[in-house]
Amino acid sequence: MTTGKRKLLTVICEARLERRLTADIMTLGAHGYTVSEARGQGSRGVRNAAWEASANIRLEVVCESAVAERIAAHLQVHYYDNYAMILYRSDVDVLRPEKF
Amino acid sequence: MPLEPVVLFFVLGLAAGLARADLKLPTALYDTLSIYLLLAIGLKGGVELARHPLIDVLPQAAAAVAVALIIPLAAFAVLRRLGHFSRADAASIAAHYGSVSVVTFAVGTSYLTRLGVPYEGYMVAFLALLEFPALLLGVVLARRSAAEARNGQGALGNRELLREVFLGKSIFLLGGGLLIGAYAGADGIKSISPLFVDPFKGVLALFLLEMGLVAAGRLGDLRRVGVFLLSFALITPLVAGVLGAVTGRAIGLSIGGTTLLAILYASASYIAAPAAMRTAVPEANPALSIGASLGVTFPFNLLVGIPIYYWLAVSLHKLGGAS
Repeated sequence: MTTGKRKLLTVICEARLERRLTADIMTLGAHGYTVSEARGQGSRGVRNAAWEASANIRLEVVCESAVAERIAAHLQVHYYDNYAMILYRSDVDVLRPEKF
Repeated sequence: MPLEPVVLFFVLGLAAGLARADLKLPTALYDTLSIYLLLAIGLKGGVELARHPLIDVLPQAAAAVAVALIIPLAAFAVLRRLGHFSRADAASIAAHYGSVSVVTFAVGTSYLTRLGVPYEGYMVAFLALLEFPALLLGVVLARRSAAEARNGQGALGNRELLREVFLGKSIFLLGGGLLIGAYAGADGIKSISPLFVDPFKGVLALFLLEMGLVAAGRLGDLRRVGVFLLSFALITPLVAGVLGAVTGRAIGLSIGGTTLLAILYASASYIAAPAAMRTAVPEANPALSIGASLGVTFPFNLLVGIPIYYWLAVSLHKLGGAS
């Protein structure tokens, strides 16, 4: 069984950004992503998903370290100032590393 | 004057939110109900629109849309000069107030129906037409001279902006409903009216319950909003309502139609505008615009405004003689 080290990039942000972010991420070299709905609280208040303006998403990307760096830098420059967004990276072991 | 029963559902939701009652409607329900309302309102308006020659309606609609642009322009000037808001915040709030609230309009029609006051059914076309010009204007106001400062960060190209405004669910569904309704006509729509016409008020009541909960959640924003914006959110609908009533009278609408145009002018958007502004003017603080439009102006119009606009329409029609 071949396994490989990859980065798991997790972005939690306003649901409104979904279309733009997923397009950005694919352009920056990711091979895929997973989106789920999320709620929570942070510096921009409670985002309880009671209606569309307060809905969050969690966007997960498994990719090579260089791609994760590129995506993180891109999001920081383009979205951090004006949108509710956090991002973190972690190391993951994946099967079939060629997929990512 | 007695409150419109559907408004009591809004009050119930507001009370539940303020008392922190164990009540949370699923997000999917909010989406479903808003899609239903937009389509149902569009369909009904389309059927009515088909009954009137377009040549009669178009000049009225053009005049109503043109005069309505005064609202975001004046609001922008007031917010900048007197309120000292940033360009982005002033433009975003102005866009919310220049655009219209579909649900306030729906409550207005239900108010008129209960009083037995007839109105021009094609007013729904006005609703659709009044929704987007202020959004575009808001973006223009935000961008003038701010373009260099932004450095293109998170900014949208014009194509994406138009997509955001015209393909946003509210204009898309309202416009789509209008076209289907106009094409199908009263007879064609019969087969779907058990879903889209008969239960309308019940669905509106449910949606208002949900909006009460959401509005209660925005009341916390009011502390940040400040006294100036609070007064702005109460005075603007009244001033805009007068403008709407006078315009409605001038372009020859009935008492019911004049009331609805006053309601449209007075109402502030909280479906289309937050979506468009969040994407096109991301540096504007949404807590300000949504806190004002949804936390103050929307409840004000439901509870106090609508009867006032009706009274205005009646008075103007008395002044100008028989209508």
